Amino acid sequence: MTRFWLLKILRTAPTLWFVVTFTFVVLRTSGDPVVALVGADATPEEIEQFRALWRLDDPLWVQYVRYVMQMATGQFGISYRDGREVIDIIAERVPWTLMLGLFSYIGAILIGVPAGIVAAIKRGSTFDNLIMATAVFGFALPNFFLGILMILLFSLSLQWLPSSGTGTVWHLIMPAVTLATFTAGTLARFTRSAMLEVLDKLYIRAAAAKGVGYWKRVILHALPNASIPLVTIIGLNLGELIGGAIVVETVFAWPGIGRLLVTAVSSRDLAVVQGLVLIMAVTMVLANLVVDLLYGLLDPRIRVQN
Amino acid sequence: MKRVSPILVFAVIVLAVAVLVAIVGNVFTPYGMSQQNLLARLKPPAFMTGGNPNFPLGTDRIGRDMVARLIAGLQMSLSVAIAGTIIGAVFGSLVGFIAAHFRGWVSEALMMLVDFQASLPFILITLTLLAFFGNSMTLFVILMGLFGWEKYARLARGVVLSAINQPYAKAIVALGAGNGRLYLKHVLPNVASALIVQVTLTFPQIILLETSLSFLGLGIQAPQTSLGQILGDGRDYLSTAWWISVWPGLVIFLVTLSMSIVGDWLRDRLDPMLRARTA
Repeated sequence: MTRFWLLKILRTAPTLWFVVTFTFVVLRTSGDPVVALVGADATPEEIEQFRALWRLDDPLWVQYVRYVMQMATGQFGISYRDGREVIDIIAERVPWTLMLGLFSYIGAILIGVPAGIVAAIKRGSTFDNLIMATAVFGFALPNFFLGILMILLFSLSLQWLPSSGTGTVWHLIMPAVTLATFTAGTLARFTRSAMLEVLDKLYIRAAAAKGVGYWKRVILHALPNASIPLVTIIGLNLGELIGGAIVVETVFAWPGIGRLLVTAVSSRDLAVVQGLVLIMAVTMVLANLVVDLLYGLLDPRIRVQN
Repeated sequence: MKRVSPILVFAVIVLAVAVLVAIVGNVFTPYGMSQQNLLARLKPPAFMTGGNPNFPLGTDRIGRDMVARLIAGLQMSLSVAIAGTIIGAVFGSLVGFIAAHFRGWVSEALMMLVDFQASLPFILITLTLLAFFGNSMTLFVILMGLFGWEKYARLARGVVLSAINQPYAKAIVALGAGNGRLYLKHVLPNVASALIVQVTLTFPQIILLETSLSFLGLGIQAPQTSLGQILGDGRDYLSTAWWISVWPGLVIFLVTLSMSIVGDWLRDRLDPMLRARTA
């Protein structure tokens, strides 16, 4: 049992190490790291200062070890655009993305999972077909286009909602809905197929035979078993959500880390890019770890197998 | 013979038209994709009041014909997606074959790379590389090719591992066939259907990735254009000229939707087992 948890935790270590090594290698192969991090129009003094600070004359492996240590302690360096610590710039954006992400994630689960359950128990009905058609549409409709369509309809035509920025709850609605649509569609599809698989099982029929009521069967007997693949999908979708936030925050001028990443990439503020990528990647890896652990918690069979 | 669904017919027609238009190129309008008509800026589509029949879908902020822009954008988006799909499929399958053939630590090392890529949203990897190396067409196409290679690698490794244990493969080896002959002539055809199904899944995803990046201004750069880039261009004119953003969005939507529908159908036809596993 303890061995299961330990193994899972140990397995994330190489991925984290890969991520840091990846940014180190990219930083070193893309050109002079000084120019990359200080900016092309730095003065010779600044460059000298930077060289001394990062001790770039040490052997490469020493620099590498130091780099890993620095990244691990959140010392991402200084943004050459506004001269502030990268960690501070990121820290003030994180709450906005968390707010948007949580709001849309909870919304997606509250809509997607029940829709999938109903689609499964009413298999073949109009409602089922409608849900599945919506899911396919959601898959093909790019989130930036959905966002633009919503702005056209709700901000410009109907003038119900503000088209961008922050300030009120109303500002949150369109970005959150745009971000949630794809996730809700995916969740609905997976809930449906997971439920369909479970509803056919013998133990559900056994429960029916001994007189367990219909909804009790669905909610108490089928749903917990269907939730195992579902948890994986919810975890995997976090990546989609981060990718989605990058686009959606830009469409709606939402001041989160996704938009920060886009502006940093286009202005080549590399210290910021590096810090953001590391933080996002670590979040992803840890989220996957949590999902793995939940998996073991939900399904005792998995603990034993490992 | 099962009745062909009208949705499938629609999807095939959309794809055929899109490919055809991309191939024949700019014969539908006398204007070039970057030809400016400063006297006809932000003209609405011809069916609206104030529209000009010379510009059936309207013009953009410097009077460029939307029809010409859309055709050029479609050509770019389709070619980038096709190139990306081919690179990813070939590279990924190759990695999978190599991992399956050598097993042991080679396989472990390759699969660790696969796990690494699968553990990160691909857009993060793309943005890092674009930021550090600077945007260029070559890098961009390579990045699109890197999308999804890990899925092919995983798939190919799995299917090849089970295929080389089949009696037919053992018989071929016993008859003295070399590795090249074994993999290319005998194993590849047997795993091809699984790989083709994967192609239909990644192709629309690459289109979405390319258009997203170009929309953000981080993909295809002017004077080149792509559907996403046109859409992003129109963002500043939403209140006055919705058509600049809506047309390319519709094209992206129709193409990816059709590709998914055709892919679903293909998956049913080629590999009912796979569908049960991935659905």
